[in-house]
Parts: sequence; C-alpha cells; structure tokens
Amino acid sequence: MSENKKDTKADNNIVKIADLNLYYTEFHALKSVNMEIKEKSVTAFIGPSGCGKSTLLRTLNRMNDMIKGVRIKGLIEIDGTDIYDPNVNVELLRKKVGMVFQQPNPFPKSIYDNIAYGPRIHGITKKQELDDIVERSLKGAALWNEVKGDLKKSAYGLSGGQQQRLCIARALAVNPEVLLMDEPTSALDPISTLKVEELIQELKNNYTIIIVTHNMQQAARVSNDTAFFLNGEVVEFNETVKLFSTPRDQRTEDYISGRFG
Amino acid sequence: MTYHRQQFDASLKELKDALILMGKHVQKAIADSVEALSSNNLELASEVIRKDPEINAEEEKIIELGTNLIALQQPVAKDLRRILVSFRMASDLERMADLAVDIAKVVQRLNGETLMKPLVDIPKMSEIVQQMTEESLQSYKDENVDQAYKMAKMDDEVDQLHGRILQEMFAMMAQNPNLINQAQMLCFVSRYLERMADHATNIGENVVYLAMGSRPDLNQ
Repeated sequence: MSENKKDTKADNNIVKIADLNLYYTEFHALKSVNMEIKEKSVTAFIGPSGCGKSTLLRTLNRMNDMIKGVRIKGLIEIDGTDIYDPNVNVELLRKKVGMVFQQPNPFPKSIYDNIAYGPRIHGITKKQELDDIVERSLKGAALWNEVKGDLKKSAYGLSGGQQQRLCIARALAVNPEVLLMDEPTSALDPISTLKVEELIQELKNNYTIIIVTHNMQQAARVSNDTAFFLNGEVVEFNETVKLFSTPRDQRTEDYISGRFG
Repeated sequence: MTYHRQQFDASLKELKDALILMGKHVQKAIADSVEALSSNNLELASEVIRKDPEINAEEEKIIELGTNLIALQQPVAKDLRRILVSFRMASDLERMADLAVDIAKVVQRLNGETLMKPLVDIPKMSEIVQQMTEESLQSYKDENVDQAYKMAKMDDEVDQLHGRILQEMFAMMAQNPNLINQAQMLCFVSRYLERMADHATNIGENVVYLAMGSRPDLNQ
C-alpha cells in the first residue's frame, strides 16, 4: 500500500480511476471509466443529464453505497488507497473526501455549530481549538468577514450564497484533501455564483477539487481539466483550455458549442 | 438528442457571407487597379480609389458582427475560431484593397505617361496574385485545407518575380536616369503585389487554423 501511495504522489495524481463500471441494477451507468486526477487542481465533469458525471463523483466518497442495487467493478484509488477495499473506514474516507451539494444544506444550528459539528464528531472538544477551526474554515470559505460578528446566529438566516459558502467551510473544517462539488452554484444568483467560483480558485491551492456542473462556462472559468461524459462514458478528458478550444472528439465539440443535448 | 442554436448558426453564416462578399469586392479592386495600370486608364484608377471606403465599411461591419456574437453567444472551439478568423481575414482583405488603391495612385501619378517598355513581369505577377486571392477565398468558402496549402506555394513565384523586377528596374535606373521616376513607380507596384500575395497567404493560414485549430506558417 505504501508503495502505491508513493507512485500516486510521484506523478501528482491523487485520484486514479481504472476500468470503473457501475450498474444501477441492470442499468449500466458508468462504462469503463479511466481517469487520473491531479492533486491541488480543479477538475470539472460536464455532460448532459443522465450521462454519469454525478454518479462518478459520488463513487469517490462512496455515496453510492447507500443506493440499493448499485454494483461497482474496477478500481478507485485515492492517495494510493483502494477506497473500495473492505478494510477502508468509510467515515474516514468521507472526512478526507468532502462533499458540497447543489442545494445549500446547513444544519438548523448556529453558524458556529455548523462548522464545529464535524470536528466535534471526530473528537475535538477544546473550545480554543474549535474556535480556531471555525475561524480558519470560515476564512477559507471567504465567509469570515461577513459573519464574524455573530457566529451564534442561525445558519438559516444567511443568504443562499452565504449558506453555500458555509457548507464549503463545514467541509473544510475536517481537513479534507479532496472536495467534491455537485453543481455547487446552480441554486445561486450570478454574483453569489462568481463568489463561489473565486473561492474555488483559492481553494485549489490547498485542496483537490472535483466539480460537476451543467454550466459549461463555469467549467471553462474554474477548472484546469475537464472531462466530458456521454451515456456513461468519458468521451474526452483533457486540459480545459484544450477541451474548449480544440476538442479532439466531434461529440465534445457538438456539446460544448451547444449544438447537441 | 436534437440540434440547437439555429439562430447562432444563421448569424455565423451571415458573417461568412459578409466575408465572401467583401472578398469579391477586393478581388474586383485588385483586378481594376492592375487593369488601370496596364491600359493607362485613369478613370478606372479613380474608381478603385473612390470605392475603397465601402470596403473599409465592410471590414467594420464584419468586426461588429463578430464582436456581438462573442458578447452574446459565448462561442467556444470552432465557433470561436470562426469569429476570430473573420476578424483577421477582414483585416487582410482590407489591406489588400488599400494596396489596390496604392496601385491606382501610381496610375494617377504616371498620369497617362507612356511606359518605357511594355509590362511583362508585372502582369504575370498580378495574374498569380489574383489567382492566389481567388483560391484563398475559395479555400475559406469550402474550408479546404489542401487548397490553402497549394495556394500558399504560389507565393514563392511571386517573390521570385518581385526580385527579378527590382533587379531589372535598378539596372534600368542606373543606365538611364530619365527613367528613375517611372522605374521607381513600377518597383512600388511590384512591392504592392508582393504584399497582396502575403495577405492571400495569411488568409490560407486562417483557413488552416479554422479547420484544424493550429496555426501553420505558410509564409515560409
């Protein structure tokens, strides 16, 4: 295992997906996906609805485990560890691979308690330590300046864009390495969207970000690499600038230029 | 799965049609300027000069169309190249028309003066330049990369003729200082034609870029 880890690190790829197939009972949702994702970069998954992009995202922290009838074949390594190995602790995996959803989903608690929730579960009880984590996480999510005066306020009192950044801060609080984002701005207005996009640019200095988005301009703006999915296959995976300027596959060109879908 | 963006496609076609039409006007300006020179036709020379602002306006219109499409349609990949190429091509065509005007102005400066000898190499050169212009525009119309490459090869011949004309004119000026003015004018004409061929070659490069997404140097 340690040898694998070294290999993964040597080429800067934190996530390795090899010949991954996923079935929802009979439906073949992911077909022989092979992909290596660079650490501390932003990778975008794009494609029409039902193409498998969210399904693949959810395999990366085993969110599909909870769906009945899911069968997975193939290999996913994160940091050199096979995450579907029976010995893997799923809670620790999800600590390492955090997730932000489409709809901001803060807990019905104070801003402070939203952020402290994860660290408390993982055994941190000292107030000073929790205070530090809350401040660091809110700063990391570019929300600190807007909320520092009233951390006891209910998270529900925040705007949609602030709630989404709170959810990002909550994910950061447990020190993840990878952040999965499933359409993180589709419920936000354009200005909040741009704020989250700016934040993604800052976060990639410290985290690996994988984002599913329906907004192709967003993928183009925020990501280093982009994968285009169609009918459960990765049609093309390339540097974002190449994929959006000179795609190799006609199906990619048709999709990104809005001709198809 | 259905196709979308019919309106955008219609606008891109409008842009292409505008370029092809501009190309035709530029071809006419070149043909008229060369004809005015060889037939000493002052009237035709003035017409080339008079019509140039129309060609400039066509360039402006193409840039405006393309700019609007970038602002409103967020083009990517080939759609984006199509627009970028239209800017560059419109600029090359506009420069070619300016060079036709320069030739027309030479005709005016010669002011009906009989030429020292019948023109041979210059008409030959202008013929190749016109063929290059025609083929560059046709290769754009059909997005025919092979034709663009073939067209660009003709530029060598133009360069050779240009070199030969200059040598001949310099020799003539040395022998007979009375011919300096006329010979100098013809050197300019040769230079203008040589530049036109370079612009045609640029158009060919844009055709390759449009089709392939890479920028070759066809001016080698």
